[in-house]
Amino acid sequence: MREVAIAGVGMMKYGRYPDKYVQELGAEAVLEACKEAGITMKDVQLLVSGNLYQASAMVGQRILQQIGQTGIPVVNVANACATGSTAVREAYLAVASGAYDIAVAVGSEQMGKMGLLGGRGDDPYGRSHITEGHAGSGIMPTVFGQAGVEHMRKYGTTFEQFAKVAYKNHKHSVLNPYAQYQQEFSLEEIMNARMITWPNTLYMCCPTGDGAGAVVVMPADKARQYTSTPVIIAASILTSDPWSERDLTLPNVNTLTHLAAQQAYEQAGIGPEDLDLVELHDCFATAELLHYENLGLCGEGEGGRMIDEGLVFHGGKIPVNVSGGLLSRGHPLGATGACGIAEIVWHLRGQAGARQVEGAKVGLAHVIGLGSACTVHILKR
Amino acid sequence: MSSGLTARFAACYNLLGAERRRPLTSQQPTTVEKKTLPIVAYLHLPESADEEPYLWGNKCISCGAVYVGSRMACSRCTSQQLDRVRFSNSGEIWTFGVVHQSIPGVPTPYVAAIVDLPEGASVRATVTGLDPNQPGPSWFGRKVQMYIEKAYTDKQGNDIITYKYRPVEGS
Repeated sequence: MREVAIAGVGMMKYGRYPDKYVQELGAEAVLEACKEAGITMKDVQLLVSGNLYQASAMVGQRILQQIGQTGIPVVNVANACATGSTAVREAYLAVASGAYDIAVAVGSEQMGKMGLLGGRGDDPYGRSHITEGHAGSGIMPTVFGQAGVEHMRKYGTTFEQFAKVAYKNHKHSVLNPYAQYQQEFSLEEIMNARMITWPNTLYMCCPTGDGAGAVVVMPADKARQYTSTPVIIAASILTSDPWSERDLTLPNVNTLTHLAAQQAYEQAGIGPEDLDLVELHDCFATAELLHYENLGLCGEGEGGRMIDEGLVFHGGKIPVNVSGGLLSRGHPLGATGACGIAEIVWHLRGQAGARQVEGAKVGLAHVIGLGSACTVHILKR
Repeated sequence: MSSGLTARFAACYNLLGAERRRPLTSQQPTTVEKKTLPIVAYLHLPESADEEPYLWGNKCISCGAVYVGSRMACSRCTSQQLDRVRFSNSGEIWTFGVVHQSIPGVPTPYVAAIVDLPEGASVRATVTGLDPNQPGPSWFGRKVQMYIEKAYTDKQGNDIITYKYRPVEGS
């Protein structure tokens, strides 16, 4: 396998774009990434396109129809919330294997004001009934709420500690012009906000919205010809949920993240202590705190201490989600994974503006898609 | 907030399910018998007055893993040798959330729990009889008992029966 580097990234400001179609969002991100890398669409040999809600609609080809139908292979991928990062991984593998020299991965999604996800009965033969509320709950705020409450049970974690995660990420978002919401809230405002599923209030849940991100990958030696600041993909790992005791009832978001992180540290030849920043999957405030432990940023049961002691704030020992995270940057499902990687790239190149983590050399981007898929990418300068 | 989403699902349902399921050649029945149906396949409804409802599942003969409902193979060890098991109607709350905002038509708030069963499986369930405004650690491990009730009438006029749990007195 060849060493692979990122030569350029592109990202749309997250938000709602009723005047654009999803392929236009994706196309903008691709063009921006190509511009950064100093290439044109004529140089691109492979496009991997991630999109979830229009997965059957050939979004990758529709992007090329906007910006250049060069006849290259296009692969459309869907992997829940890990869709965009799975696209990056597929492009990475295609280049690492030697099959292609220049590949572009793009993640895009248009959700509009789509509401609560999950909890429906949607069998094509009508064999499933709607169970939501009648036999528990499958909506996302509940599933990730229950996972947080399980952490409360095991380690005595509190509602306030989970709320502090949201306080941190909203505070971070103020400095990120790409964020869907750039608004700081007090801890009291977060804790007293409308409850969605206890213990997650409105400001502890990510918004729905639109967005796109793109990444240009090349063999590392080739990338050095295009840019003076290539970012090496030191690890790219994808896992699914292995059997665990309650996984089929309460999706276990911990074990597959733990395994992906372990494999990623092994591939990169580093440990969590070597990281300068982390972008992790804070779809709900309860989820982020669990992943401090799953990614090895602290020991088992120490997630609450990480937030209490401020270690994960910008300027702390290991800043987490300085972009504002999914909670405020937004979470257009298929875009998220590619955008988390793009965010890390900007920091490693010293181009993250006011939110720059000074001197960042190594960063980790984590995504989990319920169902479940987990990606961990470790990037280094 | 979610009404657009519901309309989307309804549209998908019609496109993918209802229309296609209608046989093209066989004669359409003039009257359809209304049925009483379990909300999930793993809920067994009583077939006589002296029978109790229960949940059922599969147990792997090889490694002992227990699953709710039927499976093709054991997802822990891949063995295809599975036994059908009848679950007890008692259980314990493992974790929970309190849902304050749900899909349209579902009354809130409700307690959505993961209930551990003595046979080694766990189920998603709604738990009644707890104050949804007072969630807390005292709910962990609470002993609960299953009961059934009508959830709703579906589009075909069938009564859909669900299972729920409520705390055992004094637990």
